Amino acid sequence: MESINKELKVSALENGTVLDHIPAENVYKALDILNLRGISNQITIGINLNSKLYGKKGIIKIADRFFEDDELNKLALIAPHATVNIIRNFQVVEKKKLVLPASIEGIAKCMNPKCITNHQPVKTKFRVISENGEISLLCHYCEKRSDIRSIF
Amino acid sequence: MNKSLISIQDFTKEEILHVLETAKEFEKNRTQHILDGKVIACIFFEPSTRTRLSFETAVNRLGAKVIGFSDASNTSVSKGETLKDTIKMVSNYVDMIIMRHPLEGSSRYASEVSSVPVVNAGDGANQHPSQTLLDMYSIMQTQGRLDGLNINMVGDLKYGRTTHSLLQAMSLFNPEFVFTAPDELKMPVEYKDFLDTKGIKYTETDSLEEHLDDCDILYMTRVQQERFTDPMEYEKVKDVYRLKSSMLKTVKPNMKILHPLPRVSEIDQDVDDSPHAYYFKQAENGLYVRMAIISCLLGYR
Ligand SMILES: [Zn+2]
Repeated sequence: MESINKELKVSALENGTVLDHIPAENVYKALDILNLRGISNQITIGINLNSKLYGKKGIIKIADRFFEDDELNKLALIAPHATVNIIRNFQVVEKKKLVLPASIEGIAKCMNPKCITNHQPVKTKFRVISENGEISLLCHYCEKRSDIRSIF
Repeated sequence: MNKSLISIQDFTKEEILHVLETAKEFEKNRTQHILDGKVIACIFFEPSTRTRLSFETAVNRLGAKVIGFSDASNTSVSKGETLKDTIKMVSNYVDMIIMRHPLEGSSRYASEVSSVPVVNAGDGANQHPSQTLLDMYSIMQTQGRLDGLNINMVGDLKYGRTTHSLLQAMSLFNPEFVFTAPDELKMPVEYKDFLDTKGIKYTETDSLEEHLDDCDILYMTRVQQERFTDPMEYEKVKDVYRLKSSMLKTVKPNMKILHPLPRVSEIDQDVDDSPHAYYFKQAENGLYVRMAIISCLLGYR
């Protein structure tokens, strides 16, 4: 049994991207942030895998897909310690660390029910604020701050 | 200075001072047709007679014409037109848009789709920068300066946007603050943090009497019922402060009382005749400051 499990966990990827060390509870959010729902690429998802550093972690492997840094960095909002491995021909050719973006557009909803973005077809825009390890988003329109955990 | 005014923080210290100096000029001579031939839209998606009359008078005294509406209920907006479409259409007709809207962030959005400058005349509980500038003008005119003053803010400091914007703008001028509020309506932590990072001193109290004698400006505010979701909370705090003329015996001679108006019961009628009362003149100052805002944003001053 042990060996089968092991094989499942590391099922090899020929070409693509491996997102590792995602907090287990945020794996589905990660799929949303990277717009991976509904695409036709082969995706392997692991949730509640044991991690020495973080307890339970999640992992997402996407075959034949490579991301721009700007796209990947959005992931830092919900998985600041995630690592990115770029795989080509079964080999890790590059490892990346995520950088928290200074601002984000069109990926989160403002928590303020009286904000214009919740009533009219306006693309949301936020400034990303990181203070004492807590991430919050400042709405470009209504100027209200929302805790990241209440947004995603 | 061809730009919009959405939030007081859009203006630098120099731009604020430029608007205030220009307002002095309009106070000396309040009919100056420097915008002859211009058309300015005053579009009010929610009624606010006081603010609308002040802006429309300012436009008229500058010699421009006003078009617009004072309430969205009889317009294409009530038929479901988006804000974007309304602004696109209006901005093709006019030289400037002055707007008020119940939703927060609506003016910022309008300024992004408009081809002409937008002045925010209030977007929900968010910003109302012309109020902040007229408050600063009133402070400057009564004290002869903006620097190094003691400002005591009283009343609803939790929900009151005027006190938040005034705090941010005055922090450019090395002030000291007193926050007088009941526990339920204290100044939010984020604004106190802001002052801490700037090294600006403030004290908090729930007693109106405690710091009356130390301040140069007593900035009174009304407790607004519409900000409360719990009616019991409102009943508890609505009459918490009442300033009477008998309380003004030992205040500083230069101390002036400001209030964004309308007042309810927080300033007794008997204060009106005191030399410290300034709130009616403050409302009048709104005219000169709005004339200055319009002419500066259009590049005429
Ligand atoms: Zn918002």
